[in-house]
Order: sequence, then structure tokens, then C-alpha cells
Amino acid sequence: MRIALFVTCVNDTLYPRTGQAVVRLLHRLGHEVVFPESQTCCGQMHYNSGYRREAQKLAVRFVETFADADAVLAPSGSCAAMVRDNYPRLGEDGSRLDRAVAAVAPRVYDLSELLVDVLGVTDVGAYFPHTVAYHPTCHGLRLLKLGERPYRLLSNVRGIDLRELESATECCGFGGTFAMKNADVSAAMGADKARHAVATGAEVLCAVDNSCLMHIGGTLRRQRTGMKTLHLAEILASTEQEPAVL
Amino acid sequence: MPPFPEAAKSATENSQMRHNLRLATDTIRGKRESAVSELDDWSDLRQAGKAVKDRTLRHLDTYLEQLEESVTAAGGTVHWAADAAEANEIVTGLVQATGESDVVKVKSMATQEIELNEALAQAGITAYETDLAELIVQLSDDLPSHILVPAIHRNRAEIREIFRDRMASWGVPAPEELSDDPRALAEAARVHLRERFLDTKVAISGANFAVADSGSMVVLESEGNGRMCLTLPQTLISVVGIEKIVPTWSDLEVFLQLLPRSSTGERMNPYTSTWTGVTPGDGPQEFHVVLLDNGRTDVLADTVGRQALRCIRCSACLNTCPVYERTGGHAYGSVYPGPIGAILTPQLRGTASETEASLPYASSLCGACYDVCPVAIDIPEVLVHLREEVVSQPGHRAEKAAMGVAGWVMGGERRLDTAQRAASAARSFMPRRMPGPASAWTDTRDIPDIPAESFRSWWRREGAEQAPDPGGGEHGPDAQEGGRR
Ligand code: SF4
Repeated sequence: MRIALFVTCVNDTLYPRTGQAVVRLLHRLGHEVVFPESQTCCGQMHYNSGYRREAQKLAVRFVETFADADAVLAPSGSCAAMVRDNYPRLGEDGSRLDRAVAAVAPRVYDLSELLVDVLGVTDVGAYFPHTVAYHPTCHGLRLLKLGERPYRLLSNVRGIDLRELESATECCGFGGTFAMKNADVSAAMGADKARHAVATGAEVLCAVDNSCLMHIGGTLRRQRTGMKTLHLAEILASTEQEPAVL
Repeated sequence: MPPFPEAAKSATENSQMRHNLRLATDTIRGKRESAVSELDDWSDLRQAGKAVKDRTLRHLDTYLEQLEESVTAAGGTVHWAADAAEANEIVTGLVQATGESDVVKVKSMATQEIELNEALAQAGITAYETDLAELIVQLSDDLPSHILVPAIHRNRAEIREIFRDRMASWGVPAPEELSDDPRALAEAARVHLRERFLDTKVAISGANFAVADSGSMVVLESEGNGRMCLTLPQTLISVVGIEKIVPTWSDLEVFLQLLPRSSTGERMNPYTSTWTGVTPGDGPQEFHVVLLDNGRTDVLADTVGRQALRCIRCSACLNTCPVYERTGGHAYGSVYPGPIGAILTPQLRGTASETEASLPYASSLCGACYDVCPVAIDIPEVLVHLREEVVSQPGHRAEKAAMGVAGWVMGGERRLDTAQRAASAARSFMPRRMPGPASAWTDTRDIPDIPAESFRSWWRREGAEQAPDPGGGEHGPDAQEGGRR
């Protein structure tokens, strides 16, 4: 299958390894990846902060960029959710944007959805001999309703030792600009999430969203816990020949 | 009240309160979940509750008139109050007409919203709260911090102290050897309140529902103290928000299932009291309803925001909210705290002042509140909608500028590329701790390392190298950038 990658601005700028892992993984599974270069950002930050017009502009750019794609992969739960759940609220009923969104949004997937629902694989032939805890991010959990998909993918990775995370469904406290606007509450939530992550005894905390991992990972690093964070894509791309870099 | 972030800061530092709250909300969350999972038609019920409320709100004028007719026909009197001042004036006048100077109250958020107790006190009338948790709040000169459990921020030991120190100055004192056993505390409250119920001739209540076709008021509660208020006094005055209407008696069925399961995690609440007008020789012989607007018609006019008026005050959203759990209710500066408070208060009061303008941001938009809401209020949607309103006002100059720059950079891939290159070039100079507003982030977290190269510039090199041109042109210009190994 030919898959258009929407790498997301955060991954593009700060976590290129996630995008590279996605490309490696999909190539390994025999699929074609395209990267339309006119892509930038889904507009989530603008939308969530109340800057609707800026978000609209970015939405227009997105739907134009991906108008022809059969499937769009967004390796970020919150960006996939932004397109699928919030874009339909951006255009007036029947407007051009509204129609374009209705055409594109249903073809936008998170990595675990693309693999399980579209490509029909739950064993991607990965090898990752480490202890891992999975944090189901809010948008993945409640908007995309990813459910068991990420766990199914992870449980089929050879060598992996999956640990259960306490209060897994609770928000990590990132919330985009929330981390700046309500820094104290955000930090308190992040500290609790980090504590639960460390308590699993796992080496790695995994999620489908690098924004959440940036927040939790930043807390883990500041506390010198030694625990690492990795996007699901990097674990699934990992093989004996090309192991993920911890 | 200070804006939310400031109030929240001191709250997050109060570890006793956080501990009390965590214990209480953890327990009630678990109970709710099992009570809800018992019903396999929960999502249908939820949709039904939402539909009834939406339909009622769309035709609110008609149902309000119908309610007035039914209440009047049943021997009650309806009063209309446009705002808090008007409502307080009406209630004060009604109490004064009875010649009494004491009133008992059953927990009512509407009367807290209009600060009725304070208004009555100014007229020399003392209002006695009879709900156990309200009693605790009143005795300790405190403010409620939760919709359902106003004293949720207190633990047993604190409550014992409050009872021992303060009960005597309000009536029957607490027993000498009062322990902090919940049963002993409840008994002390019972004895304290009994005298009050037997002596007081006027009661003030709210209502969970007002039924338009029969003119009935409905109160759901756990302790039975509310029922005492509703049946013992001579005069009953109910202060009811205009959004509390349900069209018919049979519509109640849906809400009598939704509310107890969502709020206390029970299949049925212990006391459901309904009263309709006046019955000679039985119950209050004089009955008044004060229908309160106080900003509600403005909320109704906002097609996105109006869903907040569906709220049945179950408090499920508070009990599940990670922000509420860490800040407690007082930080919201309103009788409606938590997620529902964050959308209702700025709508009722407007977003002109700093406190109200800060409330739509008191959420990480995690969506847990929407998931549990029994009438499916999309709280995150309304939060974002209100943020749009806040940023459309003057001020927020630095933020608007930053958002503008970010939007401009993201408005074209070349500009984004340039910004990424600049960031990569400066990566070795990145400090671990940032000055200014960014310090909020680096106070507790390390910022990530900036990579040497962005994904797009890697793709241009590696992706293109791997990519034999699939050709055919059928995929448009994108195909040139495609790659297959
Ligand atoms: S908003 Fe929904 S969950 Fe929150 S109190 Fe109201 S009805 Fe309950």
C-alpha cells in the first residue's frame, strides 16, 4: 500500500527518529511511503488555545496536501485526533473546508490503527529485549479509542517484557499550552505519572505521542530516574540487525 | 478571587488537601464505574438524557409558561428573577412576610450562586444549612469545594474539630467525648439539626428537576434532612434555575437512573422527594417557586456553549478530573468548580475579569469529563470555544504575537525548514533552564535535545535516495517524493 506520512511538526523538528522508524517499519512490511513536502502542522496548538483562524489556515493546508492520499499516517495520537475530531468543527456546514475535511479526515490514522485496522498486522516482526510500560495518551484513549491495539502490537514484539502501569488512563498533565499556563498543576500531574512509570520497574515508557513523552520524559530526566521514553514506532521498528537506540 | 493558576499553586502545595481529595475521588470513581457498567443500555440512557434536555432547552419559553400554570393550579406561586439581586429580594421579602427570622435550608447550588445566605443575613434572617456537608462548611466559615460533597476537602479529624469548636454557637453543642468515627459525627449532626427542624417554620430549597406538566419539584438526596426541610415547615420557598425543567413526569425516569449512578455510584439515591403545590393539612401550606435566570438565557443564546445547561450536577466530571483532584474546588473561585465550573461560570458571569478568563484554561483537555458526563456535555469543546472568546478580547498581546509567529512559520514548509535549521544550529547553546515564561517548563522538566537534523531534511537525503520514482503521474506531484525500498 502507498501511505502518505504526516510526520507532525513536533516529530519533524524534535523527534526525527520517530519518523525514520515509521519509514523503516513500513518499508520492512513492504509498503510504499510518501512524504508530501508541503506539510507543516495540523494546527492543534492554535485550535486548543483559541486561535481558530490560524487553525483554519493550517487545516486548509493539511487537506490540500493530503487530498489524494489513500491513507495518511500521523504518528501522533493527538494530531490524528485533531484532524479526525476537531477539523469537522472548523469549517461552516457545507463550506469548502468542511467538504474537504469530510473527504480526507476518515483516511487519517494513528500508527496502531494503520497497522491493525488498515494493514491487518499485529505482529510486525520486531525485536526489543527490554522491559516496557505503555502509557495510553488521552487523545489515543478517548478520542481515537485505540483500545487494545497498541498492547496487541507490543505483546507480539519478541523479547519484550510488558509491565502494567498504575493509573494508566490518567492524563500526564502536558496538554500543550496547559503546561505553561498552569505550570504547577501540570508539574504535579507529570510528577505523579513519572512516579507510576518508575514504579513499574521498566526501562522504557512507551506511548503513541511524543508530546506527552516529552513532558513525562523531561520530568524523568530532571529526576535522574534513568528511565527512558520511546515512541511506539521505534519499538516496532526495532530488529536484531537494527535495534532501537535507547 | 485570584485567577486559577495562582489559586491552584497554593492548592497544589497543600498536601493534606490533595491527600483527602485523592482518597475521596478515587473511591467514588470506582463506585461510579461499577454502577454504570451494570447497565448495558447506559449509552442509550445517556443519549436519551441529552435529547430530553436539548429538546427542553430549545422550547424553554413554552415549558416555563407551562410550569407556571401547573404550579399555580396546584396552589403555589411562581416568581421570576432576572438576576441574583432580584432573586434575593424576592426571597427576603417572602421570609419577612412570614414574620420569621430563622430559615432551614436543604443544599441548593442556586442559592449559593446568588449568595442568598449573605443577603438574608443582611436582613437579619439566619439561614441554617441542614445538609451534613453544608453544615460542616457553614460551621467552619468555609466555602463549598464540590458540587455533591461540599466538604470533600476535609477529613474526619478536621470535621470533629469543627463540630467541637463551633456547634455550640449555632445551637445544640457537640457531645463532650466526640470521636472522629463517621457514625458518631453523623449522630452529633442529627441531634444538632433535630431541634432546628422542629422549631423552624420556613424552609428554602433548590430542586434537581421541575416538571412542567405537573408543576412538581423533585429533590434527590442521601440523608433525609432535605425531606425534613420539605415536609415540616409551614412555608417552603424553592429557588430553581430555569434550566432545571423536564417536560413531563415520565421524562424523570431517565434522570432518576442517570443521576444517582453518576454522582454517588448508587443504583438509586436513598431519598427522592417530590412535591406539587399545596395539600391542605399536609406539608407546607404556602409554597413559592423562584425561577432564576441570572445569566442562563445568555448561555442559551450561544449554540456551542448552551450544552452546559444540560448539566444535572452529578459531579462525575469533578470526581474524574485530574486538575480538580490536585487543586480542589476553591481554586475555581465559584460555586461550580471542576470541569463544569470551568465552562459554566465564565458563561454565567462573562469572561471580562481575570478570574473568569482563566477558567477555560483550567484543563489539559484530556477529555475524561466528557467520557463520564451522563448527559454527554462535550466539555472540551466548550472550553476551546470559550478560549476563542477570551483571546478575541483585548490583552494577551505576547501570546497573540507568539501564536501569530508560530502560525506564520507553519504557514509554509520553507519557513518551517528554515526555523528548524536555525534551531539545529543553535542546539549546542540551548540552556537546560530557560528564563522568562519558559521557566515554568524548565523548573520541573528537562527540555528535549534538539536534533542535528529535522525529519524533512533527512527525508530529502535518505528518503529520496531510497526512492525509485514510481512514476505514472497518477499520484500527482507527491509521487516524486515517494520512496520504496
Ligand atoms: S457536567 Fe456532566 S458530569 Fe459534570 S456535573 Fe454536570 S452532568 Fe455531571
